[in-house]
Amino acid sequence: MTIATLDRVPTGVPTEFARGRGGGGPAPKRIVVAYGFWIFILSDFVMFSGLFAAYAVLSGNTAGGPTGSELFNLRNVFIETMCLLLSSYTCGLGALSAERRQPGRFLIFAAFTFVLGAAFLFIEASEFAGMVAKGAGPSRSGFLSGFFTLVATHGVHVTSGLIWLTYLVAQVVVKGLRPPVLRRLLCWSLFWHALDIVWVGVFTLVYLMGDFR
Amino acid sequence: MDGSDRVFDDRTPGVEEQESTASVLSYTAGLGLAILATIGSFVVSQTNLLWPPGIPVGLVVLAFAQIGVHLVFFLHLGSAPDNTNNILALAFGVLIVFLVITGSIWIIANLHANMMP
Repeated sequence: MTIATLDRVPTGVPTEFARGRGGGGPAPKRIVVAYGFWIFILSDFVMFSGLFAAYAVLSGNTAGGPTGSELFNLRNVFIETMCLLLSSYTCGLGALSAERRQPGRFLIFAAFTFVLGAAFLFIEASEFAGMVAKGAGPSRSGFLSGFFTLVATHGVHVTSGLIWLTYLVAQVVVKGLRPPVLRRLLCWSLFWHALDIVWVGVFTLVYLMGDFR
Repeated sequence: MDGSDRVFDDRTPGVEEQESTASVLSYTAGLGLAILATIGSFVVSQTNLLWPPGIPVGLVVLAFAQIGVHLVFFLHLGSAPDNTNNILALAFGVLIVFLVITGSIWIIANLHANMMP
């Protein structure tokens, strides 16, 4: 029996012999790292669920102020959604190029991801600025407090994702696509995909349900 | 080759299998489905395609469909045996999210209904 066959388990052997469950030795480091980061993302979802609940409870309390359908511009929201969705796509392709050790392609996809994320943030920031200028800031009503808390928390996540991406691109340029850098990239791409999942909840609950009412 | 050289590894969301074209294909299919669901949501909310009182239900269904597409095609969560850990963690997360959101809405609606005018 060679060493190469030692860490292999024949097909048909049930999963309790799979690696990471005691049968075939400990799981590889990148599996452990990404699993831990997946737990963090789920805890982030739990935090967002509190903000979603707060918004859902407060969304009717406009205190005589403007309602959602008076404030929201669905055309902008659609553009924002497409920016984030396409950036999720380019992020996935970037992660794929990194896995295949193609730093040039990775940098191109990372640039696309950054630009699309920044475009999303720009549209969101101009929407917020327009609302505050109309006197519909977070202190106007319970509805607007919930709105700004939920949507801006998502925006802060996107901002930190962009800062993190810049930092990772610098690491790829300086250190190359080494295993530790690849693990960080994997965590970052999980984070970025997770933000898109949260945004699906935001545009459905806040913008679409708020506008047709 | 009877497939006996397959390694059972735990997989994590976001981790690729080694086949090259399949992965790009998976991301592209996910993008297409997600765009369809997004356009569907916007159309449903702005038109009378659905019976108007049913629009919120339609929007929720489309949102869940799109979240499923993201989980499967972008985060590569699947039903394979080596994905069990991730699915279990996700199931727990979904339970907590469900409890927090529906519990809050239920409690506050009840409170609202019993409030003195």
